[in-house]
Amino acid sequence: LQMYVRDALNSAMDEEMNRDNTVFLMGEEVAQYDGAYKVSRGLWRKYGDQRVIDTPITESGFAGMAVGAAMAGLKPICEFMTFNFSMQAIDHVINSAAKSHYMSGGMVTVPVVFRGPNGAAAGVAAQHSQCFAAWYGHCPGLKVVSPFNSEDCRGLLKAAIRDTNPVVVLENELMYGTAFPVSDEAMSEDFLIEIGKAKVERVGKHVTLVSHSRPVGQCLEAAEQLASEGIDCEVINLRSIRPLDIETVQQSVMKTNHLISVEGGWPMFGIGSEVCAQIMEGPAFDYLDAPAIRVTGADIPMPYAQVLEDGALPGVKDIVLSVKKTLHIQPMTDTA
Amino acid sequence: YSVEATFPIKPIDTHKLENTPATEVQINKDDAISYYTKMQIIRRMELKADQLYKQKIIRGFCHLYDGQEACCAGIEASLTPKDDVITAYRAHGWAYIRGVPVCNILAELFGRKLGCAKGKGGSMHMYSKNFYGGNGIVGAQVPLGAGIAFAHKYRNSDTVTVACYGDGAANQGQIFESFNMSQLWKLPAIFVCENNRYGMGTSVERASASTDYFTRGDYIPGLRVDGMDVLAVREATRFAKEHAVKEGPILMELVTYRYHGHSMSDPGTSYRTRDEVKEIRQNLDPIMNFREKIISAGFVTKQDVATIDAEVKQHVENETAKALASTEPDFDQIACDIYVTDTPLSIRSCNIYNQLHHQPSV
Repeated sequence: LQMYVRDALNSAMDEEMNRDNTVFLMGEEVAQYDGAYKVSRGLWRKYGDQRVIDTPITESGFAGMAVGAAMAGLKPICEFMTFNFSMQAIDHVINSAAKSHYMSGGMVTVPVVFRGPNGAAAGVAAQHSQCFAAWYGHCPGLKVVSPFNSEDCRGLLKAAIRDTNPVVVLENELMYGTAFPVSDEAMSEDFLIEIGKAKVERVGKHVTLVSHSRPVGQCLEAAEQLASEGIDCEVINLRSIRPLDIETVQQSVMKTNHLISVEGGWPMFGIGSEVCAQIMEGPAFDYLDAPAIRVTGADIPMPYAQVLEDGALPGVKDIVLSVKKTLHIQPMTDTA
Repeated sequence: YSVEATFPIKPIDTHKLENTPATEVQINKDDAISYYTKMQIIRRMELKADQLYKQKIIRGFCHLYDGQEACCAGIEASLTPKDDVITAYRAHGWAYIRGVPVCNILAELFGRKLGCAKGKGGSMHMYSKNFYGGNGIVGAQVPLGAGIAFAHKYRNSDTVTVACYGDGAANQGQIFESFNMSQLWKLPAIFVCENNRYGMGTSVERASASTDYFTRGDYIPGLRVDGMDVLAVREATRFAKEHAVKEGPILMELVTYRYHGHSMSDPGTSYRTRDEVKEIRQNLDPIMNFREKIISAGFVTKQDVATIDAEVKQHVENETAKALASTEPDFDQIACDIYVTDTPLSIRSCNIYNQLHHQPSV
């Protein structure tokens, strides 16, 4: 069975709303418009005005309201049309949602889900093309997941909705229209993926590629290419940014002795930086035969022109190049 | 002794309302004594906090509520325990009126185990059942309060949420975002602007293009109430609650005053005169004036009031002693309560060698 990422997310919300009537969806254009990216298609017709709520374009206000409703015992799914707009509301994500349980000595709980498209989009320039994994991954009290494929989306979103903590679900804007095979197990109404566990997407022995979201697909593609040259990559899909499953990365590095992180976000203080730092500090460091390196988005605001945009985002070629450099394999002559 | 009395209250200004709250209110003796005692306890507790701050037993930010006691006491008098309240950082009085004993409030200020947030929240972050803080971010409590009201509506309950903010917060954008959604969705919310005339050191006239805060919800009806009169606040809240449950949100401006500076680092004298504070203390003090009323009504004698005052003083002393006797939080609690969890979690400390442990939530 093939399923689009968009439909995986839609079915996850549908099933959870059906299961628990305290779950509701709010955000811009989630109801009558069927979702700006059609992720909530059909939910308003099914659940009505009370549970699928179009908000005005006021992120700070409705994100705060979602948090308040969660404090009062409901389970809101708060959609940001894209995570770029979540910066209007970041105070409520961090100060209201992430910290309240701790500040109250455990008295206040905030079972809210913030979800929406994240990461680089296509041709929309700097304000609408950015990855927020590092921003939210930074903050204790939040859980942050970044699904790659349809199965991830179903299992992680359902787990996020059932979680009693605030969870940020970073969907990928460019992946909604991509279909993936989905197992029977993943179609179960109780299919949950444990938040905080990574998945080894491809087993290999020469180098570990650690990634999340759309770049996981690029790692798999690079691994295919490299396999034809006799290079065997292990690909880890982090799935969860916080908590971060460093043990899975460590075990892999102890086997492959080489580590490359791959992400679409900016390099500085990013997810790759954290992975590398934690590997440096842990038992896997002594197993490294080469410095761990990062493949990331370029350190620039996203440009508009296609040729520039292409150059600002990591591609399969960046991964292939980095694998070969790390393994001290002479890359073929670069004609560019 | 009489058991019932009627008092006039200052006329309440209204905005977009056909009905208006009463201009006189009836009160019975037990309630009157209860309001007086509670306001007096808050006053004594705040003065105690001031004293202990100066002794360096309380650290950090500490915003005192003395002068504003009638606001929380009057609102609470028209609520039930099932109604919800959220307020800003000047939260001690509210925490008390919502059921947190003085010793747990003071212990929280001292950063002790007995504190109502186990010593993790401090002055600005106190909570109890149906009291959602204590929020240190100016304005943030208004959308949170609207969200709590949304939950009431979602559950078809007949309760309301009171979301308090100050005159300083009244210019925050997110407040207007919340007003808009609350009115669109007819949420049972009472938005209360406790106008104590200064946002930190900036007077309302210097901060707000319109200081008629009760009208600033535009399409939301509003009331301007004497925030120094517990009975006026009680009556306005009764009126507002009825409106909120039936019709949707309503705004209530309580004109009040804080005697202390903004926080403990502010003597409160550079932006206002000592005479101004003195004049309000002499003429408008919510406790002194209410004391006169309950004596004149024949509820109590001067001697009775003196007895209550002595008991209040003793109570706060006893609670202070309990709070002071409480030990600091156990260090192993440092990493607990970050998440709701069933499983132990390992949390990084300041170095990589000593991991901290997050114990499962109880």
